[in-house]
Amino acid sequence: MSPRTLYDKIWEAHLVATREDGTSLLYIDRHLVHEVTSPQAFEGLRLAQRPLRKPAAILSVADHNVPTSNREAGIADETSRLQVEALEENVKAFAVPYIPLLDDRQGIVHVIGPEQGFTLPGSTVVCGDSHTSTHGAFGALAFGIGTSEVEHVMATETLPQRRSKNMRVHFEGKLPEGLGAKDLALRLIGQIGTAGGTGHVIEFTGSAVKALSMEARMTLCNMSIEAGARSGLVAPDETTFAYLKGRPMAPTGTQWEQALAYWRALPSDVDAHFDKEVVIQVDGLAPQVTWGTSPEAVLDVTGRVPDPEQTGSPADKEAMLRALEYMGLVAGTPLEEVPVDVVFIGSCTNGRIEDLRAAAAVAKGRKVAVGVRALVVPGSGLVKRQAEAEGLDRIFLDAGFEWRQPGCSMCLGMNDDRLEPGQRSASTSNRNFEGRQGRGGRTHLVSPQMAAAAAVTGHFTDVRRLLGA
Amino acid sequence: MQPFTTLTGTAAPLLRANVDTDLIIPKQYLKTLVRTGLGQHLFAEIRYDDSGAEKPDFVLNRPPYRAANILLGGPNFGCGSSREHAPWALLDFGIRCVIAPSYADIFYNNCFSNGILPLVLPLETVEAIAAAGNPVTVDLPAQTVTAGGVTHRFDIEPGRKTTLVEGLDEIGKSLANLAAIEAFEAKRGRETPWL
Ligand code: SF4
Repeated sequence: MSPRTLYDKIWEAHLVATREDGTSLLYIDRHLVHEVTSPQAFEGLRLAQRPLRKPAAILSVADHNVPTSNREAGIADETSRLQVEALEENVKAFAVPYIPLLDDRQGIVHVIGPEQGFTLPGSTVVCGDSHTSTHGAFGALAFGIGTSEVEHVMATETLPQRRSKNMRVHFEGKLPEGLGAKDLALRLIGQIGTAGGTGHVIEFTGSAVKALSMEARMTLCNMSIEAGARSGLVAPDETTFAYLKGRPMAPTGTQWEQALAYWRALPSDVDAHFDKEVVIQVDGLAPQVTWGTSPEAVLDVTGRVPDPEQTGSPADKEAMLRALEYMGLVAGTPLEEVPVDVVFIGSCTNGRIEDLRAAAAVAKGRKVAVGVRALVVPGSGLVKRQAEAEGLDRIFLDAGFEWRQPGCSMCLGMNDDRLEPGQRSASTSNRNFEGRQGRGGRTHLVSPQMAAAAAVTGHFTDVRRLLGA
Repeated sequence: MQPFTTLTGTAAPLLRANVDTDLIIPKQYLKTLVRTGLGQHLFAEIRYDDSGAEKPDFVLNRPPYRAANILLGGPNFGCGSSREHAPWALLDFGIRCVIAPSYADIFYNNCFSNGILPLVLPLETVEAIAAAGNPVTVDLPAQTVTAGGVTHRFDIEPGRKTTLVEGLDEIGKSLANLAAIEAFEAKRGRETPWL
């Protein structure tokens, strides 16, 4: 057999049939469901009087709409409440496993899947959410789908798919002190652009990736979609297996041994072919900050706001002018002189325990700058509990941060956590689109360390200085 | 799903790059439980001002584009989230076809799920169609777009084309493979029992 990539192997192991029109029917092992993209899918099943084929393949939770304070009192916003109630009714009617809102395990769908051991190497994972790419950190083929496809998976446990191309992104070297996987992701997107991975599945390789923890790998794979790729992958290794062992839904006993043998055969073969390759040296990398309204508009924190006059085509210039106007930025301003109003630490990109530890290390013994509102929103109830056991909540609260309940929160502001028009945020989330965090809000994407640094200084700050790195 | 064969009408130009799904339909409208009624919120952030009044300079607020059924877009159209609310909003407004140089993958799929044709043509051609003025005619069986007397050919995967032209039910199509699905599950139960 010719050498195959990790993606090729998972693809071939899930091929159910090749249809007349040349598309492949791919088997789906795992399906994550949340309240926003599922109501119409359940409704579709009802209308067509189709059964839900395999309820046990699903794990469902409400995360996008949920309040992150005083949740015990219920959801005040009526439309949000109705959507969460609709999910609760649907999971009951179709006997789908569900984590209730007040359960300790509740959290962002992409945080809880891995946490529960629901996400496993070599499996296919889908969710009506583009950041499903997160689960690729385990060497699972994981991608976001639309609501019609959610219904399709519920009815058939399969999806008609076209094979993607293989792309390898090789991060070589040692990540400098004060930097994290978020900086790797932003650096990549800055280099290849938000359409750079379109039509491809990205496999992340190299010594810098090997050295990453599982949580950091999730951060990296999470943002594959911002690079245009529906899926990102990291080959499973000892780090993966150590993370999975003992998780509630991970295999045990002889099945664990069997699974291990299977998982060890998954990594790409040595001579496997990639259609596209990118190599990035990470040794001299600086912390990354976005300045515009697309994740590809990113710079080193030591840089200056770019000048539209010095850019390429008229279309680029126009786009840059529009972005600078929306962001309220003046060309040539050093990024470190740009003040922030709000700091958001959380989301499926950076809402896990290691992210909170990294932010707390910067916040410790410091105070949130006057006039800055800073929120910490753990990615799940279990992350929150762990952080509290380690005393991180005290560090944040003493420094003047808000310590909130888990959910998507200000990543997209479907609940009450939103930017006001004109407010500027340093955010650990993944999208800086116009209006993403609130109408007229101005989002700068950064790592948790950089977000904490902005909180305590009141402006973007090279966190390496605060850490004495 | 409504079949798509030919479409003649008004094409509205929105030629900026990276039109994201947050722009197409902002999150506050994702709380709906149905697929319909989102057309009024299409492009809400750039279509209405803070008081909710229409911005006169936005393309879909100007005649003849208020009645557009084709949208001309820039590269990487539909990037961002998986929300199918984006094609639902386009469809509810009356848009049956988007013409752009490239699309984000999930949005592209979601269009086909809803009987919208996301047609790929080079930027120069999209600009030429915008400049030629209306009406514009899209003929899917013939794979052509005609504007201002000039006809442009486009490519589309045969499977995608059939789905749209015949308005096929994708789930029904997959369920026709039920025996293969069951055989796969039996094999999977033996080979990877932990899944
Ligand atoms: S945290 Fe943000 S990006 Fe992640 S699932 Fe929630 S809304 Fe989407």
